[in-house]
Amino acid sequence: MKASVVKEPSMVRQKELIEGYFHRLARAKEDGRAVVYTFVPGNLTELLLAFDALPVLPEINALQSGMRKLSGEYIAEAERAGHSEDVCSYVKCDIGMMLKGNVGPTGEKLPEPDLLLLSCTGCFTFIKWFELLRQRYRCPVAMLHVPYQESGVVTPAMVAYVAKQLETEVVPKLERVTKKRLDVARLQELLARSRTAEDDLVAVFESARRRPSPIDAYFSGVYYIGPLFTAFRGTQEAVDFYRLLRAEVEARAALGQGPVTPEGALEDERFRLVVEGPPNWTHFREFWKMFYDERAVVVASTYTKVGGLYDRGFRHDPSRPLETLAEYCLGCYTNLSLPARVELISDYVRDYQADGFLINSVKSCDSFSAGQLVMLREIEERTSRAGAFIETDLVDPRYFSASNVKTRLESYFQMLAQERRVPETVPAS
Amino acid sequence: MKCCVGIDLGSTATKAVVLDEEGCILGRGVTNSRSNYDVACMVARAEALLDTRFNLFQAAVSHQPDLRAHAQALCSEAQRHFRLEQYLAQLRELAATALVEAESSRSEQSFVTPLHEIFDALREEAPALHAPGERPRSDFFRDVAGSRFMALAAEAAVRHDVPHELLLGFFDKAILAVEGRVSSAGLQERLERALRATLEEFDLAEGERQVLRSAVRTAIETPLIEACSVGTGYGRARLPFPKERIRSEILCHGLGAHARFPETRTVLDIGGQDTKAIQVDEQGIVTSFQMNDRCAAGCGRYLGYIADEMNLGLHELGPLALRAKKPVRISSTCTVFAGAELRDRLASGQRREDILGGLHRAIVLRAMSLLARSGGVREQFTFTGGVAKNEAAVRALRQLVEENYGERTLNTSPDSIYMGALGAALFALRESTGDREALSTALGAGATS
Repeated sequence: MKASVVKEPSMVRQKELIEGYFHRLARAKEDGRAVVYTFVPGNLTELLLAFDALPVLPEINALQSGMRKLSGEYIAEAERAGHSEDVCSYVKCDIGMMLKGNVGPTGEKLPEPDLLLLSCTGCFTFIKWFELLRQRYRCPVAMLHVPYQESGVVTPAMVAYVAKQLETEVVPKLERVTKKRLDVARLQELLARSRTAEDDLVAVFESARRRPSPIDAYFSGVYYIGPLFTAFRGTQEAVDFYRLLRAEVEARAALGQGPVTPEGALEDERFRLVVEGPPNWTHFREFWKMFYDERAVVVASTYTKVGGLYDRGFRHDPSRPLETLAEYCLGCYTNLSLPARVELISDYVRDYQADGFLINSVKSCDSFSAGQLVMLREIEERTSRAGAFIETDLVDPRYFSASNVKTRLESYFQMLAQERRVPETVPAS
Repeated sequence: MKCCVGIDLGSTATKAVVLDEEGCILGRGVTNSRSNYDVACMVARAEALLDTRFNLFQAAVSHQPDLRAHAQALCSEAQRHFRLEQYLAQLRELAATALVEAESSRSEQSFVTPLHEIFDALREEAPALHAPGERPRSDFFRDVAGSRFMALAAEAAVRHDVPHELLLGFFDKAILAVEGRVSSAGLQERLERALRATLEEFDLAEGERQVLRSAVRTAIETPLIEACSVGTGYGRARLPFPKERIRSEILCHGLGAHARFPETRTVLDIGGQDTKAIQVDEQGIVTSFQMNDRCAAGCGRYLGYIADEMNLGLHELGPLALRAKKPVRISSTCTVFAGAELRDRLASGQRREDILGGLHRAIVLRAMSLLARSGGVREQFTFTGGVAKNEAAVRALRQLVEENYGERTLNTSPDSIYMGALGAALFALRESTGDREALSTALGAGATS
């Protein structure tokens, strides 16, 4: 019999939230709610909810398919339809899922979009992806161009530029498809709730500064960001969820306990790591095990910042609704330049007292894998900590070689262990 | 005497190294990694322990002033005799297994007589294969016996009018069964026979013979007590050691290379299925590494396929490639397409030597990319793994390193395939002594014999 997996109460609650959401989506048309397809980085959930519209996030569908071992089949379907092996596997998984009936994780069919809201925050594939969706669904597209943070700062002009597009492009299109006027007061209420939940999420992530860390900021982290990065930002459900999660983490921290893994609490933290890049979803559990078997804990990760860099101080501000949404889009991790990413990771290594850092480079992601080796060298230089480099993929199971990844990780952990034991001076021979 | 053993379970070959308490190499063993890693591990260990006995013999002889000059010759003769004895013993076992299979075969044709003839011929030609100065096409029994079996079976098939493939089928089945067994029976006797046969060959005075007999006794009777073993390589999880006695091959290659060449700062290891670029510090501790991802393009296995396609021994590839006059430009080192690539080139009239020259350069080009990713090539640079035995690969590497990084000292050693096992054995030594001091001393004193 398969051993039962240990789950925190918040994880159970999160599963209920997500399931409830897919039920809601399945009923969207009969409930008369507009459906808007959009992406996690730069998502405008509060704005959509202010119109009673429901977001669908294709990359979340793809990663869910990956975890449910369906992505291989979907990718094959997309390749049969003409997409090459090199195309982003999120895109192919999503397209394949659509071709096979667009059935979500709860077994219910996902509704077709009334609007494609293309918030362009750093990933160049997003544009192509939505071109494909538009071809298929022939629905309107609202395009939000978010300027890249080329020099590492968000200027007032950039904020004004994005806010202007929200006002003249996004809001009017939402008004058209939902047949409602924007209710600013309602948007502000939603933004205020976002802020509360964001505070709690940051407290959860910052708990990893402790030794031992009560959380794994990557493998558990992806669960932690779930509600806030998807369809729940601005809802009371999110506020309640993050309150519960924070209490849970603080209780563990007070007892000096380590993170919860699928095989129980991790005692005796051995390595503290910072991770750059998304996890592999097709072998998520196996991948995670390679870390907790070595008692390696991820204390900070960049992937958990793709939907917002709250830990660097950003909060949604209800008093400036459109500007705050613009700032949010501009500040997502995906919109940062290479030097800004290097700086962030270096800061994490220092602030979270990490022993080292790991880059998981994604084989089918041209937008974010480029430059990662340069980042590795630069971060090593800045932090004097050794970095590790592995290559997997988001949801293409063909690109995950367990033995290869394990060899690299084991070598890296042994290398870190060896480094620690070394005396300061070279013994005389 | 106490010793430490390091075992490197590679995808192609399993290597073992035995160290004494001072960190000096006592013996080396290699076997092909078969489907059964446990057996491969036991065989490699047994080979290394046997080799240890030969080296003990040589050391005992070297201590005698009158015999010192002959020590090397005596030992290599003894090993040659032993290899022949081993080969014949393995042939006997192979023949017995294949014949049992043939006798119980339900086929209307009888394969018993042709098989008898083939094995008789194999036995007859065995001494010539192991004659002084002969170099076998492979280190592995499977390859040496297999290629001769194939040739002899072709003739027997014609003589007896039986299908060639069916005869080969008996070899394939029997070799799997024989390789899957660890036969240590009679090992001691074979060792003694080999050492005694050596004594007969040399024209020595009775006094010298006395000394040699006592050296033989020392070699055979010295108890070898394994204080600690450490395993590494792809099959490491299958090794019968606890987890803390298993080390990553990256660390082992780094430490092994450092032990052999203490000034090493960059290591390139090209093994059967992976290539690793490793940076080490002044103590042999790995500071950074890169390895190939899922694809084994440009690894040792690729050369293996090419050798098979050309019906050559792996040892013959390098020398042939060195004769290239105008190396062909080849960009693909895909192992899967190796055969197609080669046939295409041959069909277009290109010379084998030039194709091989191009292939070796292509392999090294791939390794250069990993080296660049790991932090470049620093002084000194050590090349390890099976491919480091290939002179053409070494030459291509030397050229490309010079073109890209300027002049570097490039270290290679006859022990290149044992570097991982040597590193593992050094870790074992460290475990057994419980502190780093012994290791440092051993490294400082030159851990290799």
